[in-house]
Amino acid sequence: MFKDIGKLFLGNKKALFGLLLLTFFALVGIFAPFLAPYDPKNNRVETVTVLSEERDRSRTISREDLDESTEKRVYSQSVHTTYERITKKLPLKGKPSSEHLLGTTHSGQDIFSQLIWGTRVSLTVGLVTGLFTTLLSLCLALIAGYLGGLVDDIISLFTNVFLVIPSLPLMIVIAAYVSVRGVIPIILILGLTSWPWPTRVLRSQVVSLKNRDFIKVSKSLGEKPAYVVFREILPNMISLVMASFFSSTMAAIIGEATLEFIGLGNVSVVSWGTMLYWAQANGALLAGAWWWFLPPGICIALIGTSFALMNFAIDEISNPKLRKR
Amino acid sequence: MQEFLSENILECQELVAGYELKAGFVRAVDGVSFSLRRGEFLGIAGESGCGKTTLAYAVMRLFRDNAKIRSGKILYSGKDIANASEEEVKNLRWEHISMVFQSAMNALNPVLPIGEQLTDAWLAHKHGDLREAKTRALEVLKLVDIPEDRYNAYPHQLSGGMKQRVMIAMALMLQPEIVIMDEPTTALDVVVQRTIIEKIQELRKELQFSVIFITHDLSLLVEISDQLAIMYAGKIVEYGPASEVFLSPCHPYTQGLMASFPTLSGPIARMGGIEGKPPDLIDPPPGCRFYPRCRNRHSGCDLSAPPLRQVKPGHYAACDGEYHG
Amino acid sequence: MKYFLRKIGLLLFALLVAITLNFFIPRLMPGDPARELIDRMQGIPPESMESIRIAFGLDTKDALIVQYGKYLLNLLKGDLGISLSRFPTPVKDVLKIAIPWTLGLMGLATILSFFIGTILGIGAAWSRNKRWATLTVGTFIFIRSFPYFWLGLLFIYFFAFRMQVFPIGNAYSIYVQRGGWDFILSVLYHGFLPAATITVSSLGGWILTMRNNMINVLAEDYITVALAKGLPLRRIKNLYAAKNAILPSITSFAMSLGFVVGGGLLTEMVFAYPGVGLMLWQAVQAKDYAMMQAIFLFISIAVLIANFIADIAILLLDPRVRDGGR
Repeated sequence: MFKDIGKLFLGNKKALFGLLLLTFFALVGIFAPFLAPYDPKNNRVETVTVLSEERDRSRTISREDLDESTEKRVYSQSVHTTYERITKKLPLKGKPSSEHLLGTTHSGQDIFSQLIWGTRVSLTVGLVTGLFTTLLSLCLALIAGYLGGLVDDIISLFTNVFLVIPSLPLMIVIAAYVSVRGVIPIILILGLTSWPWPTRVLRSQVVSLKNRDFIKVSKSLGEKPAYVVFREILPNMISLVMASFFSSTMAAIIGEATLEFIGLGNVSVVSWGTMLYWAQANGALLAGAWWWFLPPGICIALIGTSFALMNFAIDEISNPKLRKR
Repeated sequence: MQEFLSENILECQELVAGYELKAGFVRAVDGVSFSLRRGEFLGIAGESGCGKTTLAYAVMRLFRDNAKIRSGKILYSGKDIANASEEEVKNLRWEHISMVFQSAMNALNPVLPIGEQLTDAWLAHKHGDLREAKTRALEVLKLVDIPEDRYNAYPHQLSGGMKQRVMIAMALMLQPEIVIMDEPTTALDVVVQRTIIEKIQELRKELQFSVIFITHDLSLLVEISDQLAIMYAGKIVEYGPASEVFLSPCHPYTQGLMASFPTLSGPIARMGGIEGKPPDLIDPPPGCRFYPRCRNRHSGCDLSAPPLRQVKPGHYAACDGEYHG
Repeated sequence: MKYFLRKIGLLLFALLVAITLNFFIPRLMPGDPARELIDRMQGIPPESMESIRIAFGLDTKDALIVQYGKYLLNLLKGDLGISLSRFPTPVKDVLKIAIPWTLGLMGLATILSFFIGTILGIGAAWSRNKRWATLTVGTFIFIRSFPYFWLGLLFIYFFAFRMQVFPIGNAYSIYVQRGGWDFILSVLYHGFLPAATITVSSLGGWILTMRNNMINVLAEDYITVALAKGLPLRRIKNLYAAKNAILPSITSFAMSLGFVVGGGLLTEMVFAYPGVGLMLWQAVQAKDYAMMQAIFLFISIAVLIANFIADIAILLLDPRVRDGGR
């Protein structure tokens, strides 16, 4: 069963491409300390290439000069005035150069190094959350689908209800109340708000498997529930569980970036989300510092695409109609 | 009835049709020849996967995706359907040769009233107005005993038997000369099956169209067919007048089929009384395809396939072994 | 009718769950956000204090169930508390200003993207071996993986900052008088980029959903029958295939609406568009809990209503549901 799926999976071009992309990012994350040219948090003002039009303003400013909260307020009130202020306040913008491939942040941190280190955090959070969500929803699905009756009714009701309650605002409200800022609260919040969809999908698969003849037979032969669930139902759900894992991970990576972008993560951790947060808080966009906000987004999109491609492949494998002919 | 059983209306010569796969061409229909006379009822029987449905679709040249006719001729009143232009085939279909599909449950569009599904066939061919089309639709509905007030009903509002009768009505909409019926009664319970078969017989006598009736259930055919063809692994293995084939089956496969149903018109007649699986149709073995499962096999017939031979006038079988009976 | 009642029941229950969540979240959180809150509220008149107390369960000796009752009662009266960041304006009044912007922007963008996506999905499935179909699907798999807010940033960068064809943010120009054609034009002009962000981001989802549904339907027997009958291809595509494929598509539209709205909120934040999304962002920055919770409630209600509309659409389109089937 596993072997067959593995074979089909690797035989599919989309899956293979997705897997290669994911492997690439995983390797970057694992070997971040060796790949990153600089410490992502270290200010390297001395090597920053100062933009020509700002060269005359030689004053380098440190982060303390920027009053963060007022800065943000100002932004939300009027973007235009912010633009003026930022360009006045931020004379230093490290353009990409041979020394800093993707330039530097306003305080001179190497963005390329941040991107590499950020891969580690973002991918870990995504995979752990994806695993957590998938396990949680698989348990609920197995319990609901296998036991049926009242238990199923209750779990299904709550699944359907939480499916229509918008999860992002809920996440934001919960995250705002959590006073501890960090990676673990984010994983918990993401996991606890994104179980309904996979639960619904997996449950219906459990129910349809339960009504197949071979399961009915082994139940009537008096096989233990644990045996039926883990040996007979679960192996037949591998591809769907994999699909749920991929989409949960993809959603988690985007979700993490979103929460951190709003400022609900630990902003001193280097991840793709916090990179975007700092870029936005410092007006990178309106200072034309594309090297700051483009790369993290592209990485998120590439990782997302890799999971989407693998999911596509699984769809094609399990639903022959979708296969190209 | 015998008087008009003379003229050949459809003639199929050495037809090879199947599916183009990566692994090769699946010869689902491999060198099949038969002829159909005006008003005749030809039964084609065989287990699932023997190519009988492909044969039906080939006669309509109703191929989608990777299916195609590779060689051979299908002559309909002198015209070769296999090599006709798409436009010619389109004009021929439904107006001259129509079809009743396997399961009426899936063959009717669930979101369109049945009346509209009857009239659109008429409108696509006759260029008349809707009133004429509706008159004709009500006429054919009456033929299959469906009350007028069901004209605007949706498929789900009809019983299984009624849906199948609607499908028959749809096939008769344009007064075709040949109606192909692909397992039209499989999904129905036995009592309904009976009434549908009786209805088909009655209509055939009244309207004098020819029928190609395809089924895996040989017991259905013996009472109503004029001619009977038995298919195995893409080939016709026995062919002849129904009573002849039934009373003295020559091919071991036919004999096996006959032995595998308990009573003649018995309700639980099913095939599968023969051990083993049919061969691979991408790269078929050189000899008789039934060889591995045959009770009467002898050395030699695994090397070259025996051709159809006349055993009695009009009765052919593709076996050179000892004929029993 | 049974279908109808069951749907209404489910949505009302969902509303109750959302309200209950709202009630329990502040009370179940680790740490003590409530304490922090009370420290920041020195000098608030006692009568406003009361509703804040009820909302957050501060300084109260009432049993939890009594608190819950009072909370529900306050909600029924439309009392959502006082906004801390815009003290002493009631949350309700702040929301009132923001809601029309959000409804206009997101409602329009979502409906637009659903229609465009559905039509593209139908086409992509119908001619799925054509180059343009593969290309469209591939492109949108990629675009769909962008976070909404990032696509917004990208649009701002290219169209507002670089090319300067669209404004950087806000919903209308401050130099235009409210009311009149100039104002409407200004609103459309300012709304274009954020609307495009939401539309483009969510388009991929609808295309893929509709394409897959459509491919599944195209394999159905009734399509083969329609081809055999020699019907015009247009009729087969629209009345036989698409009309069936769109039903599951509407269901998934309803279900992923919450997600799209979430993305829309972020888009507003990025574009400084004065809707509830921006307000939510400001509330988060200012720890204005009452505001956040009210926004969560409002969005939940909006999504539930949209779900209800989708249910009605299915009721109208699917004769099986109309007759009380599934």
